[in-house]
Amino acid sequence: MSLDDARVQRIAVLARIELAQDEIGPLGKELSGILDWIEQLQEVDTDAVEPMTGGADQSLRWRTDGVEDGGHAAKILANAPEAHEGFFGVPKVIE
Amino acid sequence: MTDLISLDLAGAREGLNNGDFSAVELTQAHIKAMGAHRDLNTFITETPDLAIERAKEADHNRQQDQAGDLEGIPLGIKDLFCTEGVLTTAASHILDGFTPPYESTVTAKLKEAGAIFLGKTNLDEFAMGSSNESSHYGPVHNPWKANGDPRVLVPGGSSGGSAAAVAAHLCLGATGTDTGGSIRQPASFCGVVGMKPTYGRCSRWGIVAFSSSLDQAGPMTRTVRDAAILLNAMAGHDPKDSTSADASVPDFEAALTGDVKGLRIGIPAEYRPDGLNSEIATLWGKGVSWLKDAGAEIVEITLPHTKYALPTYYIVAPAEASSNLARYDGVRFGLRVEGESLDDMYSKTRAAGFGDEVKRRVLIGTYALSAGYYDAYYLKAQKVRQLIYQDFISAFDSVDAILTPTTPSPAFPIGEKSDDPVSMYLNDVFTVPASLAGLPGISVPAGLSGDGLPLGLQVLTKRWDEETVFRVAGVLEEAAAFPGLPLTGEG
Repeated sequence: MSLDDARVQRIAVLARIELAQDEIGPLGKELSGILDWIEQLQEVDTDAVEPMTGGADQSLRWRTDGVEDGGHAAKILANAPEAHEGFFGVPKVIE
Repeated sequence: MTDLISLDLAGAREGLNNGDFSAVELTQAHIKAMGAHRDLNTFITETPDLAIERAKEADHNRQQDQAGDLEGIPLGIKDLFCTEGVLTTAASHILDGFTPPYESTVTAKLKEAGAIFLGKTNLDEFAMGSSNESSHYGPVHNPWKANGDPRVLVPGGSSGGSAAAVAAHLCLGATGTDTGGSIRQPASFCGVVGMKPTYGRCSRWGIVAFSSSLDQAGPMTRTVRDAAILLNAMAGHDPKDSTSADASVPDFEAALTGDVKGLRIGIPAEYRPDGLNSEIATLWGKGVSWLKDAGAEIVEITLPHTKYALPTYYIVAPAEASSNLARYDGVRFGLRVEGESLDDMYSKTRAAGFGDEVKRRVLIGTYALSAGYYDAYYLKAQKVRQLIYQDFISAFDSVDAILTPTTPSPAFPIGEKSDDPVSMYLNDVFTVPASLAGLPGISVPAGLSGDGLPLGLQVLTKRWDEETVFRVAGVLEEAAAFPGLPLTGEG
């Protein structure tokens, strides 16, 4: 499985990680190397196998759909790089 | 006060109970040792003032007969656990300045039991790594060196700071987290005990998430008994973690009976690949004899899908990581790099904030989950994971525990494997299968390599049977009589 530059660029856009032009080639090689190694999974017959979707046997518990906590806006915003009047600040999204 | 850092956790607890020394004295001795060993780079953040303040409270509580199970015991906390009011970094640049407004459940339980936190220990960035070299705060140095070789060795990872700090007697125990071996592998490299409980035994709430179906907290200590004591304080149901088990927590210390008579111990053929390091193979053989001599029955078993565990892990863990790490976007906490638009700000922040290994894993995970590739990668890996789990289920029909080496080699020099991701991943070949299956496991220091480096043996059992893990580990520990790191005198 070899990832070409366009594919690496596409994955990076999906992951929201900016790549410099000179990073794409070497990264593509590394990722292809890892994917080649993973390719061996294809030799396992999994036709009749149920996927294992979590780390635990138990099914998830139900709980009341109610508010249990809240009112911590100031504490939560304390770590924000930018906050105004009780909100997170982000770059302008509407022209 | 040099003597105080030579004690193990159980010994220190006894000394405190007998009034031989105070929690303040015990804490000061460890703070001094921590300060004398900054060259090891085991702590990202030291909190000596908080520790002394807490130690005074501990002494007061003890005088009032209100001592918790860990009252006055100084610990290191892996910097992946959110600690209220104390910088929490996950060893990543992207969490710059993050001071959690809340406490993780595991550290809250430890505090409630009276433990004292000396600081936050170094790790691989977001717990992704097997050598501690991916930390934004620089690599941890293994306190052990090979005979006649001055090169600095890695402590293993990701809980490398915790393992090295415990080995060097900077704390009486430490918390770790294990996703594919991140407690057991560094424990083996540093000659300490590292215990990964059953998935769901300890709450994951407030632990910086890496791979949510695999992450599990556990204790790292110098003795098996200390690990049992620490796990008792860490474990238990937490409604805030939907995967935390609503099961009672046994008294793990009481499980250390020293008796394995009649216990059936499985030896999996697949853990003896061609070219297995001969010292590791020899040590494994010794472990088998120790258990046999103690009256256990040795049973050859087979876990046929073992060779697929690592590639399965390197789909499942990066896929979950790519989703979990989406939260680091420069908006709510940590680093922000300004951009021309919201998307540009996200992409620049994540480019600057994540290190190389984290980027690789987020990209692999993104690819594995992307439209058109999900079935071929992620779904396939989930199915193979099921087969790996079923292998263990079948094996536990005929055995009570499984004995394997913890790692395929002793600790290696810093820089030796950092160029090749796949060769680094192979470090976890013996620990990853149990992680995928959610089983409990422990690494016990069992001997030294020819070069004088620690080697560990791993004990695994079926889910929720940590008691048998501890029981077998205790017998191995006694037979191995592992010397531990010689104390250098200062501190």
